Amino acid sequence: MDIEQPVNRNFTRREFLSVGAMAGAGLVIMSGCGGSTGPQTGGGGGAGYSGPSVELDFWNGLTGGDGPYMVKLIERFNSQNENIKVKMSAIEWDVFYQKLPSAISVGRGPQIALMQSFYVPTFAARNIVMPLDDVAQSMGLKASDFTPAVWEAGAYEGQRYGIPLDVWPYALYYNKTVMEKGGLDPDKPPQTGDEFISALEQLKAEGIEGWWIEPTWPTVSWLFQSLIPQFGGSLFNEDLTEATINSEPNLEVLTWLTDIVGEGYSPKNVGTDTDDTAFQNDKDAFMWIGPWQINFWKQFKDLEWGVTTVPKVGAEKGTWAGSHNFVIPQQRNQDPNELQASKVFINWIGENSAEWAEAGQVPARESVRETQAFQSLKEQNVFAEELPYVHFSPKLPGFDDIDRNALAPALNQALLLTKEPESALDEANERANQLLKESRETYEG
Amino acid sequence: MDTRNSGGLEAEAPQYEAPRAKRRGSVRANVLTPYLFMVPYLILFTVFVLIPAFFGIWMSLHQWDYFAPVKEWVGFENFAELFTPGTITYELFWKSMAATGKFTLYSVPLLVVIPLIIALILNQKFRGQSFFRAMYFAPYVLGVAVIGILWRFLLDRNVGYVNYYLGQLGLPDSIAWTSALPWVWITLVGVTVWWTLGFNAVIYLAGLQDIDPALYDAAKVDGANRWQRFWHVTLPGLRPVLLFVITVTILASANMFGQSYLLTEGGPGEATQTAVMYIAEEGLRNYRMGSAAAMSYVLAFFLVVISILNFVFLRQKGQ
Repeated sequence: MDIEQPVNRNFTRREFLSVGAMAGAGLVIMSGCGGSTGPQTGGGGGAGYSGPSVELDFWNGLTGGDGPYMVKLIERFNSQNENIKVKMSAIEWDVFYQKLPSAISVGRGPQIALMQSFYVPTFAARNIVMPLDDVAQSMGLKASDFTPAVWEAGAYEGQRYGIPLDVWPYALYYNKTVMEKGGLDPDKPPQTGDEFISALEQLKAEGIEGWWIEPTWPTVSWLFQSLIPQFGGSLFNEDLTEATINSEPNLEVLTWLTDIVGEGYSPKNVGTDTDDTAFQNDKDAFMWIGPWQINFWKQFKDLEWGVTTVPKVGAEKGTWAGSHNFVIPQQRNQDPNELQASKVFINWIGENSAEWAEAGQVPARESVRETQAFQSLKEQNVFAEELPYVHFSPKLPGFDDIDRNALAPALNQALLLTKEPESALDEANERANQLLKESRETYEG
Repeated sequence: MDTRNSGGLEAEAPQYEAPRAKRRGSVRANVLTPYLFMVPYLILFTVFVLIPAFFGIWMSLHQWDYFAPVKEWVGFENFAELFTPGTITYELFWKSMAATGKFTLYSVPLLVVIPLIIALILNQKFRGQSFFRAMYFAPYVLGVAVIGILWRFLLDRNVGYVNYYLGQLGLPDSIAWTSALPWVWITLVGVTVWWTLGFNAVIYLAGLQDIDPALYDAAKVDGANRWQRFWHVTLPGLRPVLLFVITVTILASANMFGQSYLLTEGGPGEATQTAVMYIAEEGLRNYRMGSAAAMSYVLAFFLVVISILNFVFLRQKGQ
């Protein structure tokens, strides 16, 4: 894979000297950097670029199996656009979100980046990424070509910051071998909560723990967020000023989940990623997870599996989803040529996202989902079917903090059966409200 | 311990001659030379240690987000928050400090004593001595990411080898090594001891070889047994080494990050989230660098106090 790490980039002599000088003046770079430019917006269309040759850095967190697909797309783009050269750097998401702001603040940030939708509000509020309303407009992008929920996920406070590339809802994977072993029909996966529980019950009678629930962030949080809309629950009130984590429907969801562990349908203390291992080795019948798992399962020739829409456990169908969004980081000195070329690139990838769908994701654009190329991807279309009832994470700057420090520890302890669901959610709610107050000070103060 | 053949070393120790009168002019050069040699290091030290250390104080007095155009001056508010019960920062910070303290308390005694025993054994003459020295040191050359992922799989409750073999032996085979109390502590301490004991053992070994063999001979002549020789010759001889090992081990344990991050992910809940983990979280993920800087100074304060106490108690008399 020719994914370039930004650290390996060769410095020219002049660049090297300037970095050295900045480091020497340590205090100055820290206090004088970033933010001073204020919001900038781009203009022009995404159709073509005829200016001088430009080189664009494109950062993302595609370090997994989807990275090579993006690299292939970029190679094709580069060969078709001789005056634009895009260089991709894949950096583990966790590190990416820390590295991006610091790189931008010393003027070494990329021209284009890909970001998970639930981070967009934080980066928008911190003024790290540019508003892209006019970009979207000049590219001719319309909400109607994207599912409203997906399109909305890239906006914050009435402004657009992200151009959605794809969408990845949670769905139900099932291991046909295990289902058969448990006396279940491998072609009839459960579609309701009752069917699901009775399937688990039957598996249990055969000595199989049918659904390994991983109690760690982020998967546990996404599972919880998949279920609460089904029960009419939410994490916050409408205007995101108060946490509603300990509301009645949420408690119902968490109790349903902990009962699955308590009843022995899931092993206790499932370690991170060991649910994958169990599913892959025909020990686990079900997995609720996103479409990135498609290609992972496909590499195991003996694995008999299928995927279906999430069971309707609550009053209505619903599932959590995330989306990769293109963003344009703020530059201290925005080069209009680079900006124009970036738009061309973003537009081109979006139009060719049926190929990206082969990596496992569902394209954000309806026009792409209607193409023959996408229609022929069987598993991906199951995920596309869920689009009418997908729910994204709350569009709250600093949500990540609340997710990891309030919600995830509560879910973790409840599913490890070391804390009652009710007291776990109460504590999470109290913490979330405190963090909400802190983040208001950080992002609005 | 075999000391019979090494008495001759004494006689071969180099004899220092009194320096001859120096040529005029070279005195000045001699004064500057050591400093010139230190310049490259001092530059790095200044840029990466000294400036950040003092700059951090400045940061801790602000609501510091390096991307925000204005860094609001808050005085000692960041510190005050750490001492105000009821806030979430207070709760999580002191919880992480307590976790760090626990880990240090459990791991340091083991990391001081076990490597010493190993060093004493490895200091004997026996076949395969070099092989065992290398084996004990081997885990230390692995990165924390390697040992973290390795042990996470080995110790997994449901699919790990450790529980599998315990089951084969008829022992309890459903211990949640990485996600239940108190097992998480046993895991973290055990893995850390296995991983780092080689380093301390090598330091001890060097210290042991520095002890004048004539002292052992003298002790033997005086009728001291093995234990008395250890207590009255080896231990006093190792005092400076011991001071070094204890100080370095306390600091390393108090800065523990990777093992918790990879093996237990700070869990269950946040029971094993260490101070450094929480500081990194606060500063780098939640962009509250002022608050994170304040926490670092509180942690540093504790470490300085402990190091001073350590030094006072173990300092050699007359030094």
